[in-house]
Amino acid sequence: MPIYNLKINGEIHSIEADSDTPLLWVLRDQINLLGTKYGCGIGQCGACTVHVNGNALRSCSLLISQLQGMDIVTIEGLSKEGDHPVQQAWLQHDVPQCGYCQSGQIMSAAALLKNNPNPSDSDIDAAMNGNICRCGTYVRIKEAIKTASKL
Amino acid sequence: MTKIKTQYNRRSFLKVSAAAGGGMLIGFSWLTGCITDKETKEMVAIPKEWYEINGYIKIGDTGMVTIYSPNPEIGQNVRTSMPMIVAEELDVDWENVVVEQAPLNTGFYQNQFAGGSLSIKLSWNALRMAGATGRRMLLEAASKEWGLSVSDLSVSKGVIKEINGERSITYGEIASKAVGIEIPEEVELKEIKDFNLIGTSIKNVDGKKIVTGKPLFGLDYNREGMQLAMIQHPPAFGMKLKDFNEDEIKKMPGVKDAFIIDTTISEPAWSDEKGFLQLIAIVGESTWKLIKAKKAIKANWEVVSELENSEMHLNKMENALVSGAIKDSRKDGNPEEAFKNAAKIVERTYSSPFLPHNTMEPMNFFAHVTADSAELVGPTQTPEALEGSVAKLLNLPIENVTVNMTRMGGGFGRRLYVHFGVEAAAISKKIGAPVKLIYTREDDMSQGTYRPAYQSTYKAGLDENNNLIAFSVRGTGLPESSVFPNRFPAGTVDNYLAEEISAKTNVTTGAWRAPRSHFTAGAEQAFLDEVAELAGKDPIDFRLELFDKAIKNPVGEKYDYEAERYAGVLKLVKEKSNWGQTQPGVYRGVAAYFCHSSYVAEVIDLVMENGQPKVKKVWCAVDCGIVVNRDAAKNMVQGGVIDGIGHAMYSELTFNNGAVNEMNFDRYQLMRHSQAPESIEVFFVENEIAPTGLGEPGLPPAVGALANALYQATGQRLTKQPFANHIKAQKILG
Repeated sequence: MPIYNLKINGEIHSIEADSDTPLLWVLRDQINLLGTKYGCGIGQCGACTVHVNGNALRSCSLLISQLQGMDIVTIEGLSKEGDHPVQQAWLQHDVPQCGYCQSGQIMSAAALLKNNPNPSDSDIDAAMNGNICRCGTYVRIKEAIKTASKL
Repeated sequence: MTKIKTQYNRRSFLKVSAAAGGGMLIGFSWLTGCITDKETKEMVAIPKEWYEINGYIKIGDTGMVTIYSPNPEIGQNVRTSMPMIVAEELDVDWENVVVEQAPLNTGFYQNQFAGGSLSIKLSWNALRMAGATGRRMLLEAASKEWGLSVSDLSVSKGVIKEINGERSITYGEIASKAVGIEIPEEVELKEIKDFNLIGTSIKNVDGKKIVTGKPLFGLDYNREGMQLAMIQHPPAFGMKLKDFNEDEIKKMPGVKDAFIIDTTISEPAWSDEKGFLQLIAIVGESTWKLIKAKKAIKANWEVVSELENSEMHLNKMENALVSGAIKDSRKDGNPEEAFKNAAKIVERTYSSPFLPHNTMEPMNFFAHVTADSAELVGPTQTPEALEGSVAKLLNLPIENVTVNMTRMGGGFGRRLYVHFGVEAAAISKKIGAPVKLIYTREDDMSQGTYRPAYQSTYKAGLDENNNLIAFSVRGTGLPESSVFPNRFPAGTVDNYLAEEISAKTNVTTGAWRAPRSHFTAGAEQAFLDEVAELAGKDPIDFRLELFDKAIKNPVGEKYDYEAERYAGVLKLVKEKSNWGQTQPGVYRGVAAYFCHSSYVAEVIDLVMENGQPKVKKVWCAVDCGIVVNRDAAKNMVQGGVIDGIGHAMYSELTFNNGAVNEMNFDRYQLMRHSQAPESIEVFFVENEIAPTGLGEPGLPPAVGALANALYQATGQRLTKQPFANHIKAQKILG
């Protein structure tokens, strides 16, 4: 199997894997970064969202062979102390219910705010529409994104 | 003054001992009849004679209070709200409270249950008693120390003070001495008005772990030497596995083993419901390699029963409504005669499709089976049922089977069923190693245990003065009807008939958030809206008139609701939503429903955007008795509303030749951000009734309120779910 050097949360990891292995399973099975979740495997639910060069992308649909030299950030690397403005706002609004989708929601929200510090409601809808929350915390997510934009 | 016994039949619900490391350890029975396993007792140094104890409060000599919370967490926030109840009666500062769960692999609590919105309802008294007993014993210890009586002392936030003096002592300082105090036979509970923690908003104790991506869920569970496994079930209901290309699959890279498991057990319980008993299992160390191997499976399936499709499902229900056997019914007065005499009659048939639960975390479970024991870890709402099923499958004594729970990435009823744990145990036994079974989304969505498909016909008759004189409902479903014969409007109509008819299917079904209530609330509340319109009455006033009748002059021997509380939520939502005020372009619908011991009324404001309906705002009025954790309770209701609107509007599982057509979120639609209401306001009826369920009751009225708002917006009475598929295109004016 080929070896790939991936830069994840600022560290280089040498990973031996089939070229078609999705980043999601590299993170979860090989690097023990379990905050990135499996929800659908086809890029439809957003539970596996990570940042690649600052963009929110679905790690289930990114192949390891496409990612050398890219800057990959997972929920574990979003902030050192868990105090990224989006994480703070999430706690302030007590957003999570079951919590399973929230890593992905937070990663999408963080990428949105980086590119658009004062998003409108429709900007938020457009950026977040790929992230499903089965518990229905959408109203709180929108409020938390607005709070985070002011932090 | 409210007193509560700490003993019953001379058996104490409470035990007290010195805590390891200093302080006091109080053990109590969280839910009566629950036990802990022996490893737990060793771990927190719990005395051996503490049988039937599964809740613990440790008051350390530093003053820190640790509450060990055992209940399954499926997102209903019980890991925060239950310890709040203990802390309230104990009278400690929440800042000094730590909520803990022991490491999973040592085992901590067993035999808990999360379902039917019962968690808080069942635990309320036990939790209050435990906290109050601790408080009383700490007070007694202080009074003994100072030579005073307990009535000379006051306590606030974990500090005991002499009322007529200067002395004070903290719980931490006196805790070790309180261990020697005799457990009181009876303790005084706080007056509800004196609560200062219950009713406030306390943040989720696991919030930080969730937002930083800590491994809390079953799918995150890991164990040294653990293998991964996936299953393949038949592609259609009505099919059974014969054989598969075992040798080829075994040779694939990353596959350690591949075989067939049979998970048939004797005398299956309701919680053993599952789609398929014989499955292909493949084992390896990499999820991705297993996914690839799964795609290479070539199996032979045999047809063992009819391969059904969605059209057939509708026909089955239509036939059942015409000629099916009536299972249960209620009849008041003479409905047949009353319909004959009615001046106006309206009749409607409502239906909804099968629905998968689609928890965001797919089914999974860890199992480690040895020659004489089985250890399981994972997301389950019914650990005790799983223990029983695994013991049966493996022919092991039940005490040799342990089940521990992880946080659950959603439940909605799906994790009441235990087959995925049983399957993990079967695989572990076969390979003789610890294993974690993982379902793909496709496995999860096509496996079964769906919400049943439903169909009900409602009929109402009005006299010439627009009084409701006759009402009937005849309901069926695959396989069960959703009719509750004794629920509203039973008790309010002189001539009333409710009939339940079952129908057969080989699609497996199960409880789905607010079982049956979600459909019935949608159908009945939409129907009553139409009846009110026919009677020329405001829909809220029309319902209030009916409740008035149920209060003053009820029909029949009984009905399963409290009419005052039902009317109460309608009045509250009417006030809060300014019902009766109109805004151009905003269409309103209202509904109310009672289930799981709680009452909820909702008003939905809907607008049309580019010809598509969009819910703007929802008002909810809730009577769930005492609200424990206010903001978390609002979160639950908001989630229920979105669940109700989302599924009624968009979601549908269809069948062709026994196979489901929607296998993943590309074809199966769940509500997304842009479709969600902009705001959901939640108001609670303030009363002193013991708290009741909140996980489910927020959902059902949303379906009815949505249908009624859609009628106002489109002029169409939508009777078939999902509504979005049945709205006829609008003429866009202007």
